[in-house]
Amino acid sequence: MSAASGNVIRKYLPVYFVLIAIFLVEVFLAFRNFSSGSLVVLLLLLALGSAFLGLMYFMHLAEERRGLFLTLIPVTIFVLLMMNMIWSDSVRLLHMHPPSQ
Amino acid sequence: MNEAVVMKKGEQAVSDSELAMHGHGALIEESPYAIPSRKFTMWLFIISDAVTFGAFLFAYGYLRVATPNWTRPFESGSVINVILMTIVLITSSLTMLGAVDSSKAEDKPKAMRFLYSTMALGALFALLHIREWFELLHRGITLSSGLFGQTFFTITGLHLLHVISGVIAIFIVASKYSAGRLTPSHVETTGLYWHFVDLVWMFVVPLVYLTNFAR
Repeated sequence: MSAASGNVIRKYLPVYFVLIAIFLVEVFLAFRNFSSGSLVVLLLLLALGSAFLGLMYFMHLAEERRGLFLTLIPVTIFVLLMMNMIWSDSVRLLHMHPPSQ
Repeated sequence: MNEAVVMKKGEQAVSDSELAMHGHGALIEESPYAIPSRKFTMWLFIISDAVTFGAFLFAYGYLRVATPNWTRPFESGSVINVILMTIVLITSSLTMLGAVDSSKAEDKPKAMRFLYSTMALGALFALLHIREWFELLHRGITLSSGLFGQTFFTITGLHLLHVISGVIAIFIVASKYSAGRLTPSHVETTGLYWHFVDLVWMFVVPLVYLTNFAR
């Protein structure tokens, strides 16, 4: 057993606590009487922050070799462009106001 | 020299047949752009899977905002349950990181303990999730009861499926890693998947649960 493995998770604890703090802020904001649209935008921004931290430090993207990082960028752009295909349906639904339960 | 190169190729022994196939030159002179294929494949899977979740979550958010009389089934008890589930899942990511780093440090017993902890936390998350499902079903909210039920059970069901698949995958990888048939790079790749499942939950909670309390 190497000495370095003694405290393997200690270096990740700051990110871990920040992620939990962001989540608790989200819960706090949920009870602040925002409108649906504003709350969705606020919560999504915080979720994107969490995702960034997770990607960079939990999934080690920040430490990966540049080749992997650069290869994933065009793939991600392609994927986002493909998602563009669902926007037209979304606009149609906006005017239909589908019924809820 | 050769040993160092072998470590960079995923800590797997290079057989004579591989040497004959690729030659020594390819092993010694590593390309600066070389990407471990296993890890790269997992990243491609994660990106494609993110599209699936992205489409579902976008649809949910859009419908939620566009529908004035959206069902709001969650109360404070549900929020406490969601807080617990989220902390369990984030903690499982932490234990997975411990497993990956321990396996890289060749501390197999510790890596195994972390892997078992991750599995236990994943299973706990699934149980909490199923308990919540039963509460909703008991209140008459089902997959066929309306737009909320359809979208809620589809999104959370898809995520739960990923969690259960992840627990099974970790179990298989842990068993084979323990037996010496898999390497730390396999543990790392499985960890990437598990962190992805965690990240997806970061979007599911705000959109599906917390917008329940908007004006």
